[in-house]
Amino acid sequence: MSSLQSFLHMGGYAIYVWPAYVLTFIVLILNVILPLKREGQFFRALVERKKRLEKAQ
Amino acid sequence: MFEYFYKYGSPRHFYDLSKMFVPWLGGICLILLIAGLTGGLLFAPPDYQQGESFRIIYVHVPSAWMSLFIYVVMASAGAISLVWKVKVADALARASAPLGASFTFLALATGSLWGKPMWGTWWVWDARLTSELILLFLYLGYMALQTAIDDRRTAARAGAILSLVGVVNIPIIHYSVEWWHTLHQGPTITKLDAPSIHPSMLVPLLIMAFAFMFYYAAVVLLRARYEILENERNSAWVYELTEQRKG
Repeated sequence: MSSLQSFLHMGGYAIYVWPAYVLTFIVLILNVILPLKREGQFFRALVERKKRLEKAQ
Repeated sequence: MFEYFYKYGSPRHFYDLSKMFVPWLGGICLILLIAGLTGGLLFAPPDYQQGESFRIIYVHVPSAWMSLFIYVVMASAGAISLVWKVKVADALARASAPLGASFTFLALATGSLWGKPMWGTWWVWDARLTSELILLFLYLGYMALQTAIDDRRTAARAGAILSLVGVVNIPIIHYSVEWWHTLHQGPTITKLDAPSIHPSMLVPLLIMAFAFMFYYAAVVLLRARYEILENERNSAWVYELTEQRKG
């Protein structure tokens, strides 16, 4: 067995170890992406509102 | 001192500070994560009893520590916003809740993935597990309260009181493994005498804990910044910010 295979095999515990890591990183990444996306949306809405106000004038 | 406090505690300044610090904190977090993962997954030897399965420790224990730490930060920020009505403290408390809930969920989920091969069960009503589950409910309760109350100041007050009452759960979680000898193992690191873990296993764990700490610092600033924007959406300085973003 190559060293990469044995690393991925995790001594037979692969089905427990890797999901734990994958889950952790999914949650960590989501917690960064979601607020950034929300901030982008917030500014887009603000810019839209500004354009409308300028048009109305 | 109070002048200083008000200057840097003002929403506008906080926004600028957050813009400045988030990339640095995030960068340090990434470096620590890479170091911690390399050390934990590649260099640390397998445990003599648990084999390779013990490697879950490198995400499980830092998550569990963060779940407690963030709660204390959230309750302290709540107390500050309750007493001095500092808007930034309120934003920090609000921003902490989803992060704390995330880490509590991770501590429970990765613990479950570790419990299955080691204890033979995904879940057991052990003192540590049960008190950690209550922590998750406290976070979720706080978040539900924030969305249920429309007026942000009332929501902040109610949330602060809830989080302060919930602080009683923190020492219960910490000492649960000593007070009740149920299934979860006792402390290996936060003991008064030397930790019962080899440095080659301990060092990556501490690095991961610091990585999570920096992660929290970066993301809570990011989230609190958004809370502040929402709060101040009608103020002139937020309006001016759109100028910079258009070009």
